[in-house]
Amino acid sequence: MQALSYLAFGDAGWGDEIATGLVVTASLAIATLPVGLAAGFLLALAKRSGEPTLQMAADVYTTIFRGLPELLTIFMVYFGLQIAIRQISLALGFEGGFEISAFIAGMIALAVVFSSYASEVFVSAFRAIPDGQHEAGYALGLNRWRTIRTIVAPQLVRIALPGLGNLWLILLKDTALISVIGLSDVMRQAGIAARVTKEAFVFFSIACLLYLLLAIASSIVFARIERAAKRAEAHP
Amino acid sequence: MSVIRHTLLAPQPAPSGAARRWTGARICGHALMVLWAVAGLSMAWWLIDAWDIGFVERHLPRYLGGLATTLTLVSISIMVGALLSFPLAFMRMSSNRLLSGIAYGYVYFFRGTPLLAQLFLIYYGFGSLRAELEAVGLWWFFRDAWNCALFAFTLNTAAYQVEILRGAIESVKPGQWEGAAALGLNKLQTLGGIILPQAMIVALRPYGNEIILMIKGSAVVALITVFDLMAVTRRAFSSTFDFQTYIWAAIFYLAIVETLRIVWARLEKRLTRHLKR
Repeated sequence: MQALSYLAFGDAGWGDEIATGLVVTASLAIATLPVGLAAGFLLALAKRSGEPTLQMAADVYTTIFRGLPELLTIFMVYFGLQIAIRQISLALGFEGGFEISAFIAGMIALAVVFSSYASEVFVSAFRAIPDGQHEAGYALGLNRWRTIRTIVAPQLVRIALPGLGNLWLILLKDTALISVIGLSDVMRQAGIAARVTKEAFVFFSIACLLYLLLAIASSIVFARIERAAKRAEAHP
Repeated sequence: MSVIRHTLLAPQPAPSGAARRWTGARICGHALMVLWAVAGLSMAWWLIDAWDIGFVERHLPRYLGGLATTLTLVSISIMVGALLSFPLAFMRMSSNRLLSGIAYGYVYFFRGTPLLAQLFLIYYGFGSLRAELEAVGLWWFFRDAWNCALFAFTLNTAAYQVEILRGAIESVKPGQWEGAAALGLNKLQTLGGIILPQAMIVALRPYGNEIILMIKGSAVVALITVFDLMAVTRRAFSSTFDFQTYIWAAIFYLAIVETLRIVWARLEKRLTRHLKR
């Protein structure tokens, strides 16, 4: 029962701090998703373009960002961007400190990691679509882009959804790492509350439960999206 | 008049292929490769330019020590996790609702929450339960950050390995069980002699991925004062503010992960050579 009193809103408890943390966690993940998906799709197009240099460039990207620990990528983006921006602003004659926001740095780092995994999901989904689908599009006089948009993409989405669902859950969990560079997400708010109240077990359990809650909510949403995507299938 | 030609054409050289055109994709690809090459070369030039034997002598032993810590942590937790995953996987597949429910809850919790949160829950959380832990005589174990990291990682990887194992065992067709039963083998003999050898082939690739994920995930122990590769890097950076500390860490991590990936691909090729036609 005492645990519940910690969760009171207002000055007495930590409920409101943790709730804002939850909003920050969710909005970071939601803001990263479209960027990561778009970059992953472009990478997948590059990987199956048939142009060796383009494929190689995309493979180098994937190898690097799938091989680095997420935490290291986050630090490198955060400190690297700061150093780069300071150098540039010094070169341009600006003086004074410059802080990059943890949200933006986290978004960039997570999008980079997400896109390198998503590109592999898209590539294997592309492989599952027979060449005949592309050829049929060309035979109808559609150009390459329109074939992809109107014939391939709808099927691609359906095949790639389970893989992308997994990546979304991984992204949601990776947002916890951004607390390390100072983003006030669930993890950081729980850590502050734990330090102040000396009840670390209670607050980190709450943090774990909130992540579970987000995971459960997203699997419900994903089940719906998958059902909607399968509607068009001839033999459900 | 004859339609048959009596003289054959002289042999012709093969037609030369159509000249490759500079399409948008090709220009883009070349530009990006040039960009990567410039980035790589300028980084190499920068590292050589900043080369300072004092820096290397001071930090290289620490980096290697951190690397050893990372690898020890990951290998112990993967192995203990594998031992733990067997009973859990059978619980998960059991027809007893209670047993499979417990195993499902365990797997769901550890796969659904961030490793960082689990680590903090065990290290800081159990730290706040000191009186209770001393009462049951477990405090000596959870006092140490290294033990907490090992404990958290083992439980985490066990949950992932349960799913790998379950998926692999369920991928073996039920006819294999039936065939073995018809030959008079008992359940244990069937499992050890017939099911697992086939399941392990399926599980090989996911196991490799799990090891790589653990190596990458293990970087979070740096946050609870275990001196792994990441912690060493952070310490070096905070004392020098030199970005090359991070570049060296990236090189170390990429080298381990790529080596493991190549070794694993070789291993898989070797172990599945009887399946190739």
